[in-house]
Amino acid sequence: MSLDNTISLIKEEFLDKILDHTKYAEENILHIKGNSVLHVLSSLQNNGFNFLVDITAIDNLSLGGFERYCVVYHLLSHETVERVTVKAYVPDDKASLPSVESLWKTADWQEREIYDLFGILFTGHPNLTRIMNPDDYKGHPLRKDYPRLGNRERDNFPKVTRGINKDYFNE
Amino acid sequence: MNNASDEAVKTERMVLNFGPQHPATHGTLRISMELEGETIVKGTPEIGYLHSGFEKLGEYLDYNQYITITDRMNYFSPLCNNVAYALAAEKLIGLEISKRTEYIRVLMCELSRIADHVLNVVMLAVDLGAITPFFYGFKLREDIYDLFELATGTRLTTSYTLVGGLMRDIPEGFDKAVLKVLDNVDEVSKDIETLLNKNRIWQDRTKDIGVVSKDDAISYGLSGPMARASGIDWDIRVNEPYSRYDEFDFDVAIALNGDVFDRYLVRMEEIRQSVKICRQVLDNMPEGDVMIDPDLGYSLPPKDEVYNSIEGLIYHFEITMRNRGMTPPVGEAYVPTESPNGELGFYIVSDGGRSPYRVRTRPPSLINYSIFPKLIEGHMLSDAPAILGSINIIAGELDR
Repeated sequence: MSLDNTISLIKEEFLDKILDHTKYAEENILHIKGNSVLHVLSSLQNNGFNFLVDITAIDNLSLGGFERYCVVYHLLSHETVERVTVKAYVPDDKASLPSVESLWKTADWQEREIYDLFGILFTGHPNLTRIMNPDDYKGHPLRKDYPRLGNRERDNFPKVTRGINKDYFNE
Repeated sequence: MNNASDEAVKTERMVLNFGPQHPATHGTLRISMELEGETIVKGTPEIGYLHSGFEKLGEYLDYNQYITITDRMNYFSPLCNNVAYALAAEKLIGLEISKRTEYIRVLMCELSRIADHVLNVVMLAVDLGAITPFFYGFKLREDIYDLFELATGTRLTTSYTLVGGLMRDIPEGFDKAVLKVLDNVDEVSKDIETLLNKNRIWQDRTKDIGVVSKDDAISYGLSGPMARASGIDWDIRVNEPYSRYDEFDFDVAIALNGDVFDRYLVRMEEIRQSVKICRQVLDNMPEGDVMIDPDLGYSLPPKDEVYNSIEGLIYHFEITMRNRGMTPPVGEAYVPTESPNGELGFYIVSDGGRSPYRVRTRPPSLINYSIFPKLIEGHMLSDAPAILGSINIIAGELDR
């Protein structure tokens, strides 16, 4: 089944969930509502898109879009050699959407990464903890309102004075 | 009496820290393992020791500056990262690249692939106690790095590509130097295979260790040699050719068992195929420029012009100054490429400004690594370095 057929099929099936369908540089991008992502992706999986290449997120603070955040899924079909991008939009106040870990195990770590760096929650995820930053870390670094140099976390780091000969430095 | 002695033999589970600083971890990463005797019951990888901030930095640097950051991601094959990023930026802007540029990029990528695979195989051998292949392999890797130095000026932080082309053309006599190394590659890969393939210890340590099934490989999103060793016939160079890979004749190496030994075999075969591609590139190298037309307003002028003419200097400022610079269209692009570890792709979102709105790297290392806790379960502790080595993770790519 060709890509256009699959997309029109998805559009018909999820008429009220699809916000838009755009094309840039010959790539198809489906814009959908965040809460319907599990159903749309599972339908795409049944239609031949067997491989979840990548999950990432975008903070649309100054870019503009349907909502503040969007989670981007890159799907690939090994059989027909076609790719499609699905963008699931979630609002700022309660940024959460269903986890797709039940469809692809690769989503486990990548959703944890997005939770860590963007603070978007994935409901139904088996172990939603920070993956890169320490567990007690405050803030989500890849949000656009997070400063590049951080929130001055280093100022409160404990300083080790043991083993340093202070007189040596004073001279 | 019998019962009492049985209870005495029962041991507690021990938690063992593997890393963050350990010779077999190839970088800074930590795995905490629960052991029962010497059998691993559960392994929990801890990543994030590097805090590199690649993606945050990308939102503040302009399109050409970010190329220097891509060098530091997978530092075993920086040229592949350079090329992957440049391809994504070019797709976003919609630039047509000259044939010579693309051929040189293919040549550099394939040389990187040889260096990466050779180093991975010999490091795996070192981890398992066979140190001899390391000396053969490392010598070869140094020879290839000498070639990179010849072409790019540096060994590791190459930054060879620019958006729209290459920093400089390959020097005169480069093809002869490459051919000399390629002859050496054939010899060294034969040596390594003679030392390892039928070695009883090597087979015992690698066969049926860390088996990945085909379904698991798809579910965990594995790509590259990891996926091909599990029987997935998928190579982006063949299936979705970029940079004129469709003009070269080569085979895709696949294996069916999905264990450490098969991943080793796939890598050795890919080295041979890469040599084949390199020879074809050198035979058919076209003439031409290695940079797009400067009038399009997306390319940096050659350094010679910048230093020696006022027009070149003005033009250089026009591209690099904060209040000017190139203005790509609003949009987004994702380009998948076949890096030595698997699918490496850059996803660039542009808001029309001089720096990208968001740069995402699809890191093959991180995604291939996510299956690691499942693979080590039930294996002996000494198998963990074998599995870790065969995944070929680069710690620089694990972090964001």
